[in-house]
Formats: sequence, structure tokens, C-alpha cells
Amino acid sequence: MQGGGGGSESGSLSTVSREDNMVVSSEDSSCPDESELELGLGLCLGGFKMHQVSRGGQFARILTAKDFPSAISASPSPSSSSSSSSSSSSSSLSRANVTAGTKRTADSVAAANSSSQVVGWPPIRAYRMNSMVNQAKNQTTEGFNSTMENHKSETSTVEKGTTGISSYHNSGNAKLRKSLFVKVNMDGIPIGRKVDMNAHESYEKLAKTLEDMFLKTTPNVNPAGSRALELGMMNKLTRSSKLLDGSSDFVLTYEDKEGDWMLVGDVPWKMFLCSVKRLRIMRTSEATGLAPRLHERNCQRQRSKHI
Amino acid sequence: MEPSELKRSKDSPNLDESTRRLSFPDEVLERVLSLLKSHRDRSSVSLVCKDWYNAERWSRTHVFIGNCYSVSPEIVARRFPKIRSVTLKGKPRFSDFNLVPENWGADIHAWLVVFAAKYPFLEELRLKRMAISDESLEFLAVSFPNFKALSLLSCDGFSTNGLAAIATHCKNLTELDIQENGIDDKGGSWLSCFPESFTSLEVLNFANLSSDINFDALERLVGRCKSMRVLKLNRSVSLEQLQRLLVNAPQLAELGTGSFSEELTFRQCVELESALSNCKNMHTLSGLWDAKGIYLPALYPVCTHLTFLNLSYAALRSDELAKLLAHCPRLKRLWVLDTVEDKGLEAVGMNCPLLEELRVFPADLFDEEIIHGVTEAGFVAVSFGCPRLHYVLYFCCQMTNAAVATIVQNCPDFTHFRLCIMNPGQPDHITNEPMDEAFGAVVKTCTKLQRLSVSGRLTDLTFEYIGRYAKNLETLSVAFAGSSDWGMQCVMGGCSKLRKLEIRDCPFGNAALLSGLEKYESMRSLWMSACNVTMNGCRLLAREMPRLNVEVMKEDGSDDSQADKVYVYRSIAGPRRDAPPSVLTL
Repeated sequence: MQGGGGGSESGSLSTVSREDNMVVSSEDSSCPDESELELGLGLCLGGFKMHQVSRGGQFARILTAKDFPSAISASPSPSSSSSSSSSSSSSSLSRANVTAGTKRTADSVAAANSSSQVVGWPPIRAYRMNSMVNQAKNQTTEGFNSTMENHKSETSTVEKGTTGISSYHNSGNAKLRKSLFVKVNMDGIPIGRKVDMNAHESYEKLAKTLEDMFLKTTPNVNPAGSRALELGMMNKLTRSSKLLDGSSDFVLTYEDKEGDWMLVGDVPWKMFLCSVKRLRIMRTSEATGLAPRLHERNCQRQRSKHI
Repeated sequence: MEPSELKRSKDSPNLDESTRRLSFPDEVLERVLSLLKSHRDRSSVSLVCKDWYNAERWSRTHVFIGNCYSVSPEIVARRFPKIRSVTLKGKPRFSDFNLVPENWGADIHAWLVVFAAKYPFLEELRLKRMAISDESLEFLAVSFPNFKALSLLSCDGFSTNGLAAIATHCKNLTELDIQENGIDDKGGSWLSCFPESFTSLEVLNFANLSSDINFDALERLVGRCKSMRVLKLNRSVSLEQLQRLLVNAPQLAELGTGSFSEELTFRQCVELESALSNCKNMHTLSGLWDAKGIYLPALYPVCTHLTFLNLSYAALRSDELAKLLAHCPRLKRLWVLDTVEDKGLEAVGMNCPLLEELRVFPADLFDEEIIHGVTEAGFVAVSFGCPRLHYVLYFCCQMTNAAVATIVQNCPDFTHFRLCIMNPGQPDHITNEPMDEAFGAVVKTCTKLQRLSVSGRLTDLTFEYIGRYAKNLETLSVAFAGSSDWGMQCVMGGCSKLRKLEIRDCPFGNAALLSGLEKYESMRSLWMSACNVTMNGCRLLAREMPRLNVEVMKEDGSDDSQADKVYVYRSIAGPRRDAPPSVLTL
């Protein structure tokens, strides 16, 4: 049992087999790093971290996004088994607090993005998430970015009668960037993720996000603790890195508007955004016929980019 | 005759002809009972005696099934022979948030097959969180000649091809309501499938869809459906097109505009305002996607009699909202985005004294810039101005115990209190204490509370309060909260009217799960995910309570002994046979 906090737990588990408890606790004692890791990955779940400690025996949880962070803030000491929240956890909370109205550093921005990717939290229907319009009405026109073009092209059918009195043309107005969430599934992992295509400006950025979501773990992670990858996938995956250059065991594909599955990377990014419906990280071995040519083609593309 | 008298006369050993003549003929009883609409009343009635049970089942025309797996279509058809309207709910609510595997079940098709045989005169089907395929929609369209109303909320598995089948074949359709579904939008041609002779549509809601529809077809459709009272357009319909539609449909009671952002000429604005001012019956307004503040004045003529304003897709600023609300004195329900900030909510408090329901949604969770959103101040401001408030859904970035105490003091009539502090496990931002006292105040003060969603840093104390005070609570949602099994035990022991309990990421284990052993048969369902429950605990529950279905959803690679996601529900249909391999029925 972790620390001394297990007392109440073992009492409450008396109605079920003690073996359960023993299995859990023995796993914990052999993987102290894992429970520390769970705490360390709490990101803005500072309060939650303390609850986990007080629970006594750690358990195999469903891995959420916070188990595969791209940036982590440091954790408070996990050695305390008391269930009362201490000031150390609150301070890490406020440090990692992502939704307070404070300006963020680069670190916390990354933390924010990954913490807001905790599966199913906050509890907002997928439909509404996809409809979210990112409007920063206080911003000036400098906010117009490449995704504005996407928005414009989608609303071109809407805009009619552009001649008008100039007072109605408030060009200093909102920056409009819609979120375009598409599903991402990876072979071997039954629960998929969603990624905001409009939050990325290029294939490289997208690949990096996906790698962070599905493949990478941080140096602190004890591979044995990453339950979803325990079956040996872990070793394979950490070896491979790039989804785009063909050196990985996995290849990134997408389903287009016509329902065909295509290799990601052939068309310009903006064109891709218009036709992508969802993504699939496919085992290279299943992408029959592509594997041998993949590396070639990608090398060619990279070469041509440098021209 | 009183029910008790009737019963006595039946049971009396001196039963003779004269006594029996005192009872109602079946036809009269059925006639009387057919006036009963509430399911709960009908359930009570059916328990009085056998005659009443039979009269009730023959007179029932609408059946509501809160969990499609709690009963089978055959059982329903056997008991209620005269159903014309069915409401079915399927997946657990957390499927809305991607916590349930995609192929989990809740497929409507088996139900449709039975209905086609037993209820050929079925008129209405309302589904929530069900899986429905295009084939099923087509089957529906051709199997029920009297079919009138289809409502799909938060469903998935179908595409616009299915809608085309409905439009093509349902000659008597009055309602097509497609809301917030995972629909495969293949294009807008489905709308053109309504025949030119078709005039019966009263409700058309396709706001969910993104593709362009053929506007001419829509204009003609709206023009010839003179009884249309609800029209909710999708984003592809422009302001100018909206104006053309309104000119032909001034009788509309509920309008969902399309996109509200294109640039209009002055003359077009005037025409739009004029068209809206002709809509004297309009009480509900929604849509307003990407609404630009400058066009909102066109809405003013309608605002005076509005009771429901849904601005949750219009990212308005506080000043824009304030200006608009100044024209909406009769508002009872308001949905907004948190772009309006606390100042906007102050305007709500100042302008809408009749407000009963407020929902504040987060506008953007992924903005890298400064996020403002709303805080406790906005909620407090609303509570001072709107004493009739009884339904709130509030997504905020910070909250305090004191603020919540003030809020419920101002508005003691809450029936639905759903507070989401978006940062999981966040404490009172001023005192750094847990939010226990906040929810304690809610349950102590709001005796009518039926639905509660908690958030923030919470210890077992919150659940002690809930168990002790929330005696009318029916639905409870918990996430990232609690300290030990004791918390859940308090709830299971104290909340006698609890029907739905959904828990995620809490330190509740087998002891907590099993403390509700006696209770689960009186509940609709229990959901626990990412808690401390083990397979053995679930097996024990399943063994002790054979009339419950105990389902466990396992994750790939998770520990064999852990029950990652548990869904428990009562059922008279026995364990289901259509579960995918990732769902284990114990």
C-alpha cells in the first residue's frame, strides 16, 4: 500500500477478496515511479493528485490525455499519504491552472492544451465543440491568420450583397477561427482522440501533435505503468518517431470527403483541410503497397521542399 | 368512485351483482385514463388493481423508455397494444463526451422491426443517444404510413441519405427535428426530396447539418407548409435568404436563424427587421451563428415577446448582449457563451426579472490568448436580479463557496444546479478551501433540487451533505471529486429518490459500489468510470442482484482486475445480447 494512507481502504475492501487489494498494492510497490508519475502528470489536476495519494493503493486507471502530455509541470511531493490538501498542491494547481484569466507562459500554454484534452472534459457535447467559434472580439485585425481563409471559403456561399454602406463594414472586427475537430484512431487502440485541424498550420505540426497524443511518452514515464501500451507496443513506438517520413511502423492516413482513404501529405495543407474527414494512424504493414514506396516518396517530397 | 372503494368492492367477500355494477365499465375507465399524460401517474394507476392495470395499458398511446435495455420491444408491445408515440433513450449520458466505445449498442433497428409488426399506426418516434442507420431510417419511412414526427437528439450512425428517405416517403410528416447528432453530412439534397405536394410540415430543424441545401426547394417548402411553427435553419442559410423565408412564414413561433454574419446593405437590414416584426407569435429564437453585433438591432421587434433566447452559438461581447437584453423583458430562458463575461451577466440580472433558466457555455477551450470567461461574480449578479431562477448550467473558470451561498440564498428554488468549474479539482479561488460548503449550501437551501452536477475540489463532506439534505435529488453527476468510499456511501444511503448516478475519476471503490446494492433496482442506472472498482466487485454485484445488468467496458491493456468503466442498470429484459466484445456483461 502506498504510504500509510491505506488503512481506511483495506477496511472498506473487506467485502471483496483481499487478493484484489494485494494485486493492486504489489503492483504499486514495484512501480513507485508510476504512482509518482500519475501525480506528476496531474497537470492542473493538483487537487486530484492528493486524492490519489490518500486512496492508498494506486490502481490501473484508464489512461487519459494527461498520461501522454507534451509538457508537464512539476509535481508536488507524493510521499505524504494524508488526504488533506496541502499548500504545495494548491500552488502547483495555480501554476498549472489553465482556465484562470491569466497570461500564460509557453510552458503553461502547452500544458493548457494538453490538460484541456482530458477525455470528455469539460463535459460538452462533441457537436458543440465542433461548432465553437474562436472569437476574440477584443483583438485587432492582426489576428487574421491563415485559418481565416478557411473560414471565408466556407462562408463564401453565405455572403451576398457585399456592396454596402461603409459603416456596416467593421473590418476591425473579430478574428474568426473555427475549430475543426476530426477523429483520430490508431490501430490497436480502441478509444480514439480528436484533434483540431485548424489549430495546426502544417503537416509537421499535425504530426507532432499526433505523435504526442499517441506515441510519445516523457522520459519520466515508466513503460510498465503505461497500461495501454503495456503489450509491447511501447518499445516499438518509442523507437519510431516521425509519422510522415516513413521511418515509423505507423503511417498517417485520412478519409476524404468521397470516403476514400488517402495518405496524408500529398496535397497542400489548405486543400487537405478542406477534404479531411478523419484520420487513422495505420500500421505500415497494413498500408499495403505503400510501405516500400513510402520512404521514397517522402524523401522525394522533402528534397523538393528544399528546392 | 375512489380507487380504494373500487378495490374494496372487488375484495369484499360479499361481492354480488349490485356491487359489481358500481364499478366503471372498462370503456369509461379507459376514456378517463386516456386523459392522463404523465408516465408516473400512469405507472401509479397501473398498480391499483388488475382492472386499472388493463384499462391503463389499453388507453396508453405514448410510451417513454428511459433506458432502451431495461425492457425489450416484445415486452413493450405485449403490454401496450395501442402505442402511437415512442420515446427511447439509449447510451449512457457520458457517451456525449466520448467515454463510451462507438459500437456500444443502443441500435434502434430491432425496435423498429417489432413496431412495424405491432404498431403499424405508429406516428411519433423520439430518440436520444441511440444508434440509427440509414437502412433503419428507410425502413421507418416505408413501414409506417401514418408516421408524423421524428426527433433525433445526440444520435449517430446515420447520414443525410437517411433523411432523404424520410422526406421522400413520409407523406404525413409534421415534424423533422435533427439535433446535435453525429450525422454524416453528405450534402443538402435530402431537403429537395420533399414532394411538391407535401404541405404538412410543422416542425423542421436541420440546424445540425452543415452542408448547403437547395434554397429554392426550402423556400417553396416553407411557403406551402402553412402550419409551420418551428423552423431552425443551418449555417448555410444567409441573412438575405432568411428574410425571404420569413416573409412567407410570419406565423413562426420558433426560429433558428442561419448564419448571422454576412454583410447586408442598409435596405436589406430594414427588410429583415420588417420581416421579423411581422412574426407576432415568435417566442423562441436561436441560431445566430457568428452573429455580428451590428445586425442584432434587426431582432428588436421580436425580442419583446421572446421567452427563450439561445445565443450559445453567437460569441457576443458584454455590451452587445446588454443592448440586446434591454429589449427582452419577458425572457424566461437564456443560453449564452461566456464571451459575454461577468459584465454581460450583470446585464442579464438587470434586464430579465422573469428569468427561470440560464446556461453559460464556454466559448473556446483552446485559445492560447487570454481567456476571460465568467466567474462567480457573473452568477451572483444574475441571482440578485432573477429570483425565479431554477435551472442553471454554468461553465466557469473559478468559483467561491461564499458566492454559491449567496446565489442560493437569492434563488432558493433551484431544481437543476449544474456547476462546472472547468479546471478539475480546483478549490475556492480565494480561500483555497474545497468547494464542499458551496454544494452544502445548495442542498440545504434548495429543497426542490432534482438534478445536481458538482465540480471543483471536493472531499467526502460534499457527499455527506448531499446524502443528508438532497432528499428530492434524482440525478447526480460527479467528476474528479471525493476522498474515499464514504462519499459515495453517503449518497447511496441518503438520497432516496436517486435515479441516475454518473461518476468519473473518483476514488470510490468496491465498498462504495456495493453499498448501493439495495438501491440500484430503484434507479435507472449507475455509471462509474476511472474509479477504484474491480472486476470482483462487479461480479459480486451481478451475483447478488440478478435483475441488474452489470456491464464492464475494458480498455486495451488495462489491468485484468480493474473495472475501467462500469454501467449498471435494472432490466426486465435480462442481459443484452448485442454487446460488442469490449463490453462484458457479468
